[in-house]
Amino acid sequence: MNHWIIAPVVLPAVIAPLIVLLMRHDLVLQRVFSLAATVALCGVAAVLLATAATNPPEAYFLGNWPAPFGIVLVLDRLAAMMVALTAFLALMVQLYAIGSGWDRRGQHFHALFQFQLMGICGAFLTGDAFNLFVFFEVLLIASYGLMIHGGGRARLRSGVQYVAYNLVGSTLFLFALATIYSVTGTLNMADLAERVATLPEGEAAILRVAGVLLLAVFAIKGALVPFQFWLPGTYASAPGPVAALFAVMTKVGAYAVIRVFSLIFPPETPATGAFFAELLLPAALVTLALGAVGVLGAASLGRLVAFGAIASMGTLFTAISGFSPETTAAALFYLLHSTLATAVLFLVADLVLARRGSEDLIQRRPPIAQEGLIASLFFVGAIALAGMPPLSGFLGKLQILDALRGPNMVAVWGTVLVTSLLMIVGFARAGSLLFWKSHETLMEADPHEPDVLSFAAVGGLVAALVALTLAAGPVSSALGSVASELAERTPYIAANRLTEQPQ
Amino acid sequence: MEILVASAVGTLTAAGIYLILRMRTFPVIVGLALLSYAVNVFIFASGRLAVGLPPVLSKTAQGYTDPLTQALVLTAIVISFGMTAVIVMVALGAFLEAGTDRMDSDDEAGQ
Repeated sequence: MNHWIIAPVVLPAVIAPLIVLLMRHDLVLQRVFSLAATVALCGVAAVLLATAATNPPEAYFLGNWPAPFGIVLVLDRLAAMMVALTAFLALMVQLYAIGSGWDRRGQHFHALFQFQLMGICGAFLTGDAFNLFVFFEVLLIASYGLMIHGGGRARLRSGVQYVAYNLVGSTLFLFALATIYSVTGTLNMADLAERVATLPEGEAAILRVAGVLLLAVFAIKGALVPFQFWLPGTYASAPGPVAALFAVMTKVGAYAVIRVFSLIFPPETPATGAFFAELLLPAALVTLALGAVGVLGAASLGRLVAFGAIASMGTLFTAISGFSPETTAAALFYLLHSTLATAVLFLVADLVLARRGSEDLIQRRPPIAQEGLIASLFFVGAIALAGMPPLSGFLGKLQILDALRGPNMVAVWGTVLVTSLLMIVGFARAGSLLFWKSHETLMEADPHEPDVLSFAAVGGLVAALVALTLAAGPVSSALGSVASELAERTPYIAANRLTEQPQ
Repeated sequence: MEILVASAVGTLTAAGIYLILRMRTFPVIVGLALLSYAVNVFIFASGRLAVGLPPVLSKTAQGYTDPLTQALVLTAIVISFGMTAVIVMVALGAFLEAGTDRMDSDDEAGQ
């Protein structure tokens, strides 16, 4: 067995308690150990990415219990890609948190950050549906702590809503899992895939109910209409770097939809058919429209970016709802892009907030320190998220439009193109209010020490966006192989070695 | 017995949802707890109901009940217990900070 597969879970799980127990009073030590762990996670992710690119999917049997009796982690190309994306984003966000001093404003930032990484990486790697629930809970409980980091009235109040909403989501997840178990008698994803395909006719109705419940749970994570209510308040009130890390947390929902609905309930399943794709597409288009209108109407920068994140999830789910290798490849490209772009904008929003003192867009304020640089970063982020050329957002949306030719073409193309225009207008309005109207006050900018590390972190994310644009060809062909591996299904199922009987 | 278990799950879920839709944090937390009880019974029932059968190997056993759902329930109980503790603490913090335990966000700013 390849023991590297479990490293992205074990590494943060070891470092985080060490930080809590041994270094709770020494911020410098916390920073050093936490940063070292994240750098190591990036290294492990690179190794896994290289392994998965050349090898077929590989299972890691915990305690060497054979599947489906024990819990398995499965490394395939999709999981490796998501872990690598998480590790890179986490490194940049952590540099920003250290540079901007966010980790100083409350206790246990670094420990919670590592627990969060453990949950996210575990959710990407697990090959067991119940274990997916457990890792969801790990990442959620860490996110509760991170979300209210630093305290404050607005943050705590949105925190209560966020926690309550997600607790309802967890309960739904358990209902869905129990329903699936009662029909199939297993929760190992590969075993489920085999049993669902050969399910007798009479059980199909219960299975469809379970599938819809699962879709609802992942929609809560991915902020899909009608389950998006928690996102704007949460993301706008969360500390800037935490909101940037949460950019990958909504993607956990998207990942889970791709994994479960292409492995266990693919459109060719006799019991369910294309039922889920038909549910997903309208919801995704409404999400996209709602996000774009929110961008146009947002009164504060944080909410503007949060609605931008909702719109990007709408675009992503639109692409996912195709459930074919081409649409999945386009969706994965957009997933990489939108994670980075959303994170850039959340960090820029935090840079502005730290200097401007208010996120309110209408309120007239004097110019901010380092305005030229921050305005350019905002410009780059806005171009990327709205999907204008020359950055990867344009290429991503182009691929999605190209892949979704078909009976729903008019609705999809119309919605994606019109919402892109709305988002361009919304971001242009916000940019001019923030950076140009401020000069009408004829006041000098308040001095603010430029923290090199914060700007380096945002610059790193922007550089990744540029790299994604320049290397779009090779990246797309690599994502094509990820998508075809997903569509094939048999290598993933074979990795679990279900037929081998225990001795 | 099936009717008893099913109606228990139904009643607990209905009561839980009713309480979650209330405006103040305390009923919402109680509602979440009721929902988690409902789901625990539901998971237990998903392994089929059986009376007087052991879940672990035994020489005298006539048959066995599904042990996996019992393990799943145990995990679910632990997690929901921890989560309830977290939301109680967060709600307490929000109450002390904001001076109100309203669940909806209705600040003057309309946020």
